[in-house]
Amino acid sequence: MTVTQTEAPAARRAGAAEGELEKSTGRRNRRTYLALLIPGVLGLVVSFVFPLAYMVRMSFNKGAPDGVIEETFTLDTYIQPLTDPYYWRVTLDTFQMGVTVGLLCVLVSYPVALFLARSTSKYRGLLIAVAIAPLLTSAVVRTYGWMVILGTNGLVNSTLDGMGLIDTPLKLTNNMTGVTIGLVEIFMPYAILAMISGFGRLSPQLEEAAGSLGASKLQIFTRVTLPLSLPGILTAFLLVFVLSISTFITPRLLGGGSVQVLATEIYDQTTGLLNWPFAAALSVILLVLFGLIIAVYQRLTKKIGG
Amino acid sequence: MSEARLFKPRFNPAKPAFGILVFLLYLFLLAPLLIVFVVSFASNQYLSFPPEGLTFKWYEMLPEESTFMNGMRVSLIVAVIVTVIVLALGVPVALALDRFEFKAKAAVQSFFLSPLLIPSIVLALGMVLLFGPLNLNNTYTGIIIGHVAITIPFVIRTTLMSLATTDTSCEAAARILGAGSWTVFRRITLPIIQPGVIAGGVIAFIVSFDEAVISLFVAESGLPTLPVQVLRYVENSADAAVAALSVILILISLAVVVVVERAMGLRKALR
Repeated sequence: MTVTQTEAPAARRAGAAEGELEKSTGRRNRRTYLALLIPGVLGLVVSFVFPLAYMVRMSFNKGAPDGVIEETFTLDTYIQPLTDPYYWRVTLDTFQMGVTVGLLCVLVSYPVALFLARSTSKYRGLLIAVAIAPLLTSAVVRTYGWMVILGTNGLVNSTLDGMGLIDTPLKLTNNMTGVTIGLVEIFMPYAILAMISGFGRLSPQLEEAAGSLGASKLQIFTRVTLPLSLPGILTAFLLVFVLSISTFITPRLLGGGSVQVLATEIYDQTTGLLNWPFAAALSVILLVLFGLIIAVYQRLTKKIGG
Repeated sequence: MSEARLFKPRFNPAKPAFGILVFLLYLFLLAPLLIVFVVSFASNQYLSFPPEGLTFKWYEMLPEESTFMNGMRVSLIVAVIVTVIVLALGVPVALALDRFEFKAKAAVQSFFLSPLLIPSIVLALGMVLLFGPLNLNNTYTGIIIGHVAITIPFVIRTTLMSLATTDTSCEAAARILGAGSWTVFRRITLPIIQPGVIAGGVIAFIVSFDEAVISLFVAESGLPTLPVQVLRYVENSADAAVAALSVILILISLAVVVVVERAMGLRKALR
């Protein structure tokens, strides 16, 4: 309901000249909403549009590794990452990490989401809050927690050693294994949240109906529960995938320099090598990857939904 | 009697098994937070297990650790100013989006939510590049501008959420009774949207306070925020001082969670 709509009947009752009032409130409306919008728009232009636009422009400049930038218009910065096998490797590793983390995260989040969606417990609200509260804790702190758990003298290695199961500590940090475990946990709240919201059509009544019509537990799950929760699962996978391929803190800390993904490469090019045009080009490549995936996803959901 | 028995569910071993699975997954989800708690009270000189004894020395060390204290000060100043700015910018935008009709509405709304879709590393790079010639790197202004983009969507979303659940009849009534626009906003609209504003404000605060990537790019050398200091410390040292600090950060997050949950529900606010 809009202000114009609610004011119109009042005006009629007051016997005012309707058309004129409509017009004047229309003009006043316009001034009001513009006044409300403009400061925010300016704020976002300064803090969001300008940096991105400047970065895209920078990616067409020529850079030398010592921080000298030549103002020009060239595609050189794109040719290197697209032809150098090293950057193909990095991009592929990034992609692979995103898929692995996405799949594992969906796998561990699904039971929790299913439990929360079905729960009739009076603690359901609290349990949902506990599951998504880690979203609001620092990524640095949670990554540190995983370093404590997975490190050479960490919880896992000390426990296994204490039980006499291993002689040399397992290598769980400073490699992709550690990064993957950390990311799966860090993105679980996102996946759970996406799944609960995507389980709209899932209802216990449907499952009961299938059961009373003679379907076995397994049949109920594969024929009713799983298909109906598929949209939620897909959204969760995609969300975790895009979050993983762009995340920086966890690959940096748990990877300890030996895991190279696009995000860590962008950082190294920026602060280490001062090759800003190149870092900008890598960022644009990451953005394009992002856009493509989201476009494919929208196609897919349309197909599933229709 | 026999009929009643027919419908009584048999004992189903799958049920407790599922319960145990969910419990273990919760444990996995909370593991890094719980372990930080344990380590922060352990007297082991270097990170190792099992804990050798109980100590508060890591907490007592914190006030003397000047890098942490300086970082804390920078982060607090940044987070408070960012919160004030994004509330001042974001709440009016949400009002315009909900209470007015205009052509580009859908586009404006996606524009304001779009920073959440852009990887923060890409934004961070854009900022460090743009701020270079403007001499804004390593300044409060630089970090604050950087954080505005990533926090404003939260404020707009939570405010829109509380606006959507209320109808406009109160406001219309007040207007008919002769209240001016400002009075209507102050006396009617503001109380209605208060939960959304509070939730959005504290979320903006904690997102800015915990933000590490933009701060790292824009101000690592000159004005490191607390997350940047923690990041550096974790990379170089193995003792548990940072665990004590982490526990404090977790407690601050917990306070935010409680406020948001009370105001409008965490799930609704973060959807």
